[in-house]
Amino acid sequence: MSLNAKDKTIIRDFFKKISTRNEEIGNEALSRMLTVYPQTKSYFAHWKDLSPGSEPVKRHGVLIMNGVFDGVSKLDDLIGGLLDLSELHAFMLRIDPVNFKIFTHCILVVMSMILGEEFTPEIHLSVDKFLAQLSLALAERYR
Amino acid sequence: MVEWTEEERSIINGIFANMNYEDIGPKALSRCLIVYPWTQRYFSSFGNLYSPETIKANPQIAAQGITVVHGLDRAMKNMDNIKAAYTDLSILHSEKHHVDPDNFRLLGDCLTIVIAAKMGRNFTPDVHAAWQKFLNVVVSALGRQYH
Repeated sequence: MSLNAKDKTIIRDFFKKISTRNEEIGNEALSRMLTVYPQTKSYFAHWKDLSPGSEPVKRHGVLIMNGVFDGVSKLDDLIGGLLDLSELHAFMLRIDPVNFKIFTHCILVVMSMILGEEFTPEIHLSVDKFLAQLSLALAERYR
Repeated sequence: MVEWTEEERSIINGIFANMNYEDIGPKALSRCLIVYPWTQRYFSSFGNLYSPETIKANPQIAAQGITVVHGLDRAMKNMDNIKAAYTDLSILHSEKHHVDPDNFRLLGDCLTIVIAAKMGRNFTPDVHAAWQKFLNVVVSALGRQYH
């Protein structure tokens, strides 16, 4: 399920269009994940406030979305381009990769929420493929 | 036994009360067939599924989409025993249609995304959480009778 030329065009155009909303998307997606999938809170026990839209959630949401946008710039070699991030997740954060799927779903829901009909099935398909490849790249150094 | 709070019941009932089945059903099913093309394997007798455009325009898919979301009514009306309410539907999907139960999750995810598009900001994290809980129970009930 690797990205073809059509996917890459769709992804580059789409993420350029939403580039000003990465804070909003990151905050919403992370807030949502912690509420809808409470088991994910286990990774954030060190935060004072896990409620939707709180300071640590907002800050971290932005951090993650910046990573996603960075992935867009490395579309032709996601695994190579994300090696450092992968090492961070593998050796320091040690987040179970099943959570990448969960967070991906939350990102898609938020995109649909804020874009409505504009988030067409065709765009959804390419973005889902991209986020799946991103997750694979992130898990590359796990074992 | 699944425990529902009053708020959760109210959220689920509200989503269905405001749902346009003829709009949401076709959108959710066609999105599933487009985003997860392997799901098309269950619809080989449904005519032209050649491209996203033909899938979206396919009247048989649209009709099936409406049937599916009406099937969710049964769960909404029997929230305290969805497992029992879905016994024969589960048998139908496993014995007659031979559907891999993971597909229920995929369609559920697409349905969530279509509902999110419709509800916009009203699809708050709490509403989303109640909806996901509901879907989890439905998906589990549908997969219950599989051998």
